[in-house]
Amino acid sequence: MAAPEPEAPEAPTATRSRAKDHSPWNWLLFVPIVVPLIPAFFNGDSPRLFGFPRFYWLQLAWILLGVATTTLVYQMTKKKRGER
Amino acid sequence: MWRDHLTEIIVFSLLFLLVSAMGFVAARWRAPKDMGHLDEWGLGGRSFGGWITWFLVGGDLYTAYTFVAVPALMFGAGAAGFFAVPYTIVIYPLVFLVLCRLWSVSHRHGFVTPADFVRRRFDSPILALLIAITGIVATMPYIALQLVGIEAVLKTMGVTGDSAVARHLPIIIAFAILAAYTYQSGLRAPALIAFVKDALIYIVILVAVVYLPYKLGGWGSIFDAADAKFKASPAPNDGILLNGNNQLQYVTLALGSALALFLYPHSITGVLASRNRDVIKRNMSALPAYSLLLGLIALLGYMAIAAGVKPLPGAKAGSVDSNTVVPVLFDQQFPDWFAGVAYAAIGIGALVPAAIMSIAAANLFTRNIYKEYLKRDATPAQEANVSKITSLVVKVGAVACIVFLDPQFSIDLQLIGGVIILQTLPAVALGLYTRWFHRGALIAGWAAGMGLGMWMLYQVANPTTGKKHFAGSAFPLSDFGFDTKRTIYVGIVAVLVNLAVAALLTLVLRAAKVADGADGTTPDDYFADEGDPRVTPGADRDAESAREPVA
Repeated sequence: MAAPEPEAPEAPTATRSRAKDHSPWNWLLFVPIVVPLIPAFFNGDSPRLFGFPRFYWLQLAWILLGVATTTLVYQMTKKKRGER
Repeated sequence: MWRDHLTEIIVFSLLFLLVSAMGFVAARWRAPKDMGHLDEWGLGGRSFGGWITWFLVGGDLYTAYTFVAVPALMFGAGAAGFFAVPYTIVIYPLVFLVLCRLWSVSHRHGFVTPADFVRRRFDSPILALLIAITGIVATMPYIALQLVGIEAVLKTMGVTGDSAVARHLPIIIAFAILAAYTYQSGLRAPALIAFVKDALIYIVILVAVVYLPYKLGGWGSIFDAADAKFKASPAPNDGILLNGNNQLQYVTLALGSALALFLYPHSITGVLASRNRDVIKRNMSALPAYSLLLGLIALLGYMAIAAGVKPLPGAKAGSVDSNTVVPVLFDQQFPDWFAGVAYAAIGIGALVPAAIMSIAAANLFTRNIYKEYLKRDATPAQEANVSKITSLVVKVGAVACIVFLDPQFSIDLQLIGGVIILQTLPAVALGLYTRWFHRGALIAGWAAGMGLGMWMLYQVANPTTGKKHFAGSAFPLSDFGFDTKRTIYVGIVAVLVNLAVAALLTLVLRAAKVADGADGTTPDDYFADEGDPRVTPGADRDAESAREPVA
């Protein structure tokens, strides 16, 4: 940016505690990234569910896996009220 | 002929007009004291909460073109088209943390575009310019493709003509209205319209997935009809399941598209407009609702097979326009008035992303070209003005692409767009985590990835349609000398080469002690949240509104 640089940006917040993203819970996020990308799980016809071949219903079910994981990680890493 | 579709046309037009009125009113919605600032026009005041962000980003990522093209792909190729589902599942956990960091650092420094961030982080105007140009070039054809979505609907309603101008007149009018209210209301317009768009889409799809299988003999027979069609076709890689040769392509395409999606300037615009980190994290859990919708929409392609839909003829004699599959299905199966609602959903569905994309492209031009190279002392009001005008230019360009060029050209460009936007991954996404890469190495990696990606896309041919170049993104590995029929997504290969070059050159440049510039951000910037002050007071519109007291 061409805006004139401010004189030495102050860092008043450096000492305050923050919710950093170093929580071990974050590793869980890899599950819904890796699992939906393994065709061996879903690339088949049987069993069918409501007429859907496994290829379709299982991949739609991974959506729930993704939602559950991101929700869990969010809840477990959320800042506690009053901490800051 | 259009007279047979009169009810559809009336319903479509009424809903379209309603939405246009909303677009103009949006300027007063959550109105700021002063609209003459890029934060207000281009980012809605950076104040959107959970619900607005959900509708806005959902309306932004899942575009009209997606709704038309994905079922068309299922109709033509089968299972391979279903990649859209894993693609939109893996994206959210993938960007869960990355986007929060981007939001925080942008909040602290007043960044509006990803290139703003790269400029400050790597202290390199050239790298920022490359990122900005990549973003603009990738976005332009995407806007044009939204018009293809509207056009498929209009064509099905019989609104066509013989001359090029008559055929395109409705689209030109629609885009003129869109351009006018985006100019006036900025990001607030698509945010407000997104409510209507998404509500319509959800209604249409829920009705479709309940009513159509009932009419067509149940889901089992729909899948069986699709299976029978693909078994009878001579093409080697279609079918309702994947085969040994296209699994790698399926997975790499899903992953590559997911990586690319949040590098697109328009998705970043939607994310930066949210109020705080919590809004983003909650949305990463809530946005997959759209993925379910998209999965069901994809299956409309199979319903069209079961219903015996014949797509309308294409622009050239003898060709078919497969994008008309879903509109024709609705026309055949639904009562006229409901088909009109469905068409309006697609038409309005095109307006929301087109507006956000043009705003994002305009912001890139303003911040990273105009302000960097043309007028360094531009005031916030001038920035907002330039962005407004650029958004008009961008839309005129998109319309011109569709009117004067073969729409296929835009489709090809969009294919290229996904590959080239991926090349900004090392600087933007990895840059959020590490300053390890040397700025010169990132530029070289970008160039290598771009070059390789373009060459690979150029090589891809499709014997069934007779296209020799740019016929898809599935690159046959045999072209690299491997003895296999497998294919792989071009973007993944290109970005891996990009990363390898960037990493190697970083080591070389560091060893040679080439100057690397300063990092204008601090580690703490990546965790800042609502209420934290900006570090660049000069960019604030006024002292009290941006510098909230620290709690």
